[in-house]
Amino acid sequence: MRLALAVFALLAAAPWLGFGEGHSLTLLARGMILGIAALGLWLLVGGAGLVSLGHAAMLGIGAYAVVVLDDARITDALVVVPVALAAAAIFALLTGAVALRTTGVNFIMITIAFGQMAFFTASSLALYGGDDGYTLYGRNTIGGARWLQDRLVFHYTCLALLIACFLLLRMLLASRFGRVLRAAKESPLRVEAIGFNPYPYRLLAYVVAGMMAALAGVLLANATEFVAPSYLAWQRSGELLFVVILGGLGGPQGAVVGALALVLVEELLSDLTEHWRLIMGPLLVLAVLFLPRGIAGGLAGVLRRG
Amino acid sequence: MQALNGLQYGVLLFLVAAGLTLVFGVMDFINLAHGVQYMLGAYLGVSLAAATGSFWWGLLLALPAALACGLVLEWLVFRHLYRRDHLAQVLATFGVILFLNQLVKAVWGSAPLHMPIPALLDGGIEIMLGLRYPVYRIAILAAGLATAAALWLLIERTRAGALVRAGASNAPMLSALGVDTGRLFMLVFACGAMLAGFAGVMAAPILSVEPGMGDTVLILAFVVIVIGGIGSIRGAFLAALIVGLVETLGRSLLPDLLRLVMTPGPARQAGAALGSMLVYLAMALILAVRPRGLFPARAG
Repeated sequence: MRLALAVFALLAAAPWLGFGEGHSLTLLARGMILGIAALGLWLLVGGAGLVSLGHAAMLGIGAYAVVVLDDARITDALVVVPVALAAAAIFALLTGAVALRTTGVNFIMITIAFGQMAFFTASSLALYGGDDGYTLYGRNTIGGARWLQDRLVFHYTCLALLIACFLLLRMLLASRFGRVLRAAKESPLRVEAIGFNPYPYRLLAYVVAGMMAALAGVLLANATEFVAPSYLAWQRSGELLFVVILGGLGGPQGAVVGALALVLVEELLSDLTEHWRLIMGPLLVLAVLFLPRGIAGGLAGVLRRG
Repeated sequence: MQALNGLQYGVLLFLVAAGLTLVFGVMDFINLAHGVQYMLGAYLGVSLAAATGSFWWGLLLALPAALACGLVLEWLVFRHLYRRDHLAQVLATFGVILFLNQLVKAVWGSAPLHMPIPALLDGGIEIMLGLRYPVYRIAILAAGLATAAALWLLIERTRAGALVRAGASNAPMLSALGVDTGRLFMLVFACGAMLAGFAGVMAAPILSVEPGMGDTVLILAFVVIVIGGIGSIRGAFLAALIVGLVETLGRSLLPDLLRLVMTPGPARQAGAALGSMLVYLAMALILAVRPRGLFPARAG
């Protein structure tokens, strides 16, 4: 919790700590948006023990909701966000109902399958640019006001939503729902023995995770003002899963830390050399080998000792 | 014609999936980097063929090179991950993907490379009245089937194969019986890498050789091993053929089928999308009905 507070405080102060110009704010916004999507995935992986490799599909649904409505000249966030969330919830409910019949490796595979279906659907939407993607007319308005055009407002909007999702997640995990979920992760057999059926709990977690990702998708579309099917590619899901594991499964702060770390490291390395992935790849391998509890776990250890 | 294309694609998929399913089944290790090993094979084949001026030398040299790459990767990274959970494996091998994809870009550039079809296998033959089919694709089909047969013999009829099967069904027990599973794992892994490399070289003349080419194949190979049942070569073979056929036929026939009920423009789009989706639909269905795949190898 202390770590999360520190990170949020830093993010809030960032515009006055030399991160004021456009480029670095965009970067932080990307990190926070990734963080929101990762928080949802954290609920699945860290909370319920369900490893999904199709989470980018949910993000894509959020982004494409913006696109579809933008094409119909509906650009107000008060409409767009509920539509995006509802669309993702329905998609998650339908796919989750099937996917959750499997566990372990097969769950990974079936989520990839649904992710790929969404990806191919998106690339076949010729009306919305198909493979080439779609450039928005502009950012969404809020109640008719063009607030999101302002970088600072957008920064704090992302931050507020990130904190809201974080708090919601903590609340969920502490509730009866969260306890059943975590118990089912440890031992589904025992949970069933004491009279709970884990299935509806997992399904609800899957839907909530999907909705968070869709929210991130809406924000991402607004941040870049451009949406392409590559948002739904399985590599994107891999990246999200990464963020979560890299950050650490000890608590939801891991997702936030992981997302920011990934975006910042990417940026640092890409300044250094065009072939930054040559360094990123081995870094990830090293992180897995030597940071079994993730960055957040490692940082928390340092904080405690210090 | 399309059916043959599908079979030939299926055979290529099998070569990739065979290694993957063995690594997965025997070692319980998710190797996302298997796809880039296939890509590496293709690149090695192209440049070795260019350097020696002959496809055959390229193929011959690329195989041990792919094997060596596999061994180096195993020694550097994968060996340390066998005891870790699937999440750590997914993460680390994803790192390997990033690294190798970029390495390939740095060394060979990001433009697709082309590999000429060897003269011996160039041209087409008439397989049916008025239907010519490229010899090279038939050669792939034959090579793939031969490899499948050899693998089957190796696994079903030799001592090493018996160990591999035993490992797939219960690795801790095998280890308790005094078999050095570490070495077995290394061998299986190396063979898998070489098979993927072989598939890469074979595919090089007909597909474009480019960074990221392994990623598509990887996902399809995973589909294959999940449908076939993890650790089962027989399952992988049948599933690979099914996936190859479904993928190819779906993409080529569906747009025409849909045209019967829709206008041509949307029919083409919807058909293409549905065609690409068909494999995944099939997998979702099979997993929903038989969560352990068609031919599960693992007991209990």
